[in-house]
Amino acid sequence: MNGYSEYMLCFMLFCIGLYCVLRKRNIIKIIIGLGIIEYAVNLFFVLVGYRSHGRAPILAKDQTILNMVDPLPQALVLTSIVIGLAVTALIVAIAIRIYEKYGTFDITKIRRLRG
Amino acid sequence: MKNKKEVGMTVIVKTITRLTVGLILLYGIYIVLHGHLSPGGGFAGGVIIALSFIHLMLAFGREVALKKLSQASASILESLGAIMFLGIAILGFIGGYFFLNFFLHKGKPFALFSAGIIPLCNIAICLKVGAGLFAIFAALVLFKGSDEK
Amino acid sequence: MELQVLLLFMIFAAIAAVEIEDLLSSVIAVGAVGLGLSLVFLILKAPDLAITQLVVEILCLIILIRATINKDLPLIRDGRWIFNTFSTLLFVALFLIFAYFALKELPIFGQPIMRVAKEYIEKGLEKTGATNIVAAIILDFRGYDTLGEATILFTAVMAVLAVIRKVGRINEK
Repeated sequence: MNGYSEYMLCFMLFCIGLYCVLRKRNIIKIIIGLGIIEYAVNLFFVLVGYRSHGRAPILAKDQTILNMVDPLPQALVLTSIVIGLAVTALIVAIAIRIYEKYGTFDITKIRRLRG
Repeated sequence: MKNKKEVGMTVIVKTITRLTVGLILLYGIYIVLHGHLSPGGGFAGGVIIALSFIHLMLAFGREVALKKLSQASASILESLGAIMFLGIAILGFIGGYFFLNFFLHKGKPFALFSAGIIPLCNIAICLKVGAGLFAIFAALVLFKGSDEK
Repeated sequence: MELQVLLLFMIFAAIAAVEIEDLLSSVIAVGAVGLGLSLVFLILKAPDLAITQLVVEILCLIILIRATINKDLPLIRDGRWIFNTFSTLLFVALFLIFAYFALKELPIFGQPIMRVAKEYIEKGLEKTGATNIVAAIILDFRGYDTLGEATILFTAVMAVLAVIRKVGRINEK
């Protein structure tokens, strides 16, 4: 079990984010929980592609590097980080609109008031 | 007698902003242009360029920042970046398939003008990401709803 | 060793972000989680990702603080909390069961299976001429995925500008 401790810490971070999304009643707390879930998923991708005593995937002058880390998960996560920012900005814009229309951030009250 | 209202932040923040906002823009351009030689690339450089304009808006207020880069020109720049990226992709159809590189040499490694179409794609992505994020921020911050009169 | 310490710091900051009542403090705690993630990317030998995660985290903090700057939160804990607790525990337990089965199939941490990436590393320099292998992958070997990502960003910008637009006041008499 000692070769998997990093994976288990990453799953614990995901569970904290999942608990926050399911349990809290404030829209801003739900956005924070979604952000934590997204950090955990990006971290898991990069953890899968790590090689012990590896080197960064950039070639250097007059050296042949034999042990690079896996560059393919890093290419996937690079676009995923910027997409996460765009989605967060969109959710925050919708939350600002909801506050202006209903006067509260509480999601139980939003169900009952019909504008 | 002038009674102009003070916009933006205090004098200390304004002085530091005057010194550093040009350096931040230059650093962003450096990261974009050397995207094929050292870590960075179009996405990180585009976000840094957007951050330099946002820094200007936060320290000096909205009119000064919108005079440097208005909302209409941000829209035009973002569409220009998207069309340039798509154009480079479709031009590859002349040679055979999608994204084929047929008009630029590969060059010597570790030189600035090398690696075919990758620097052009980096510049297109930088324009798109930078202008798009600045447009999002200008719309979110300048949004005056019915409760802030 | 440093990797586990940084991951524990991120978990403590995430617990602080979830449980603190004040909105501004919990947003700052999420910023701490993001900065810790940037350091973890640097330890895992991914410098592209570290730079991108750092600047994206700063921009995300600015946007979140804008949303919470002068809004208050009186929270009342209403009824139906037995059902809420039960369903939360059910979903977390479901996720942990699937995670346990997945953990058995993963390789040990530190020895990845690099079948496709071997081709990219060996032939990367002579086929594209770029020395940054990650940039060569996202812009030359897998450029189609980058085109999809540019489309997502364009759609998100258009959607934000459409949501924030001031609706015309037709029915003000």
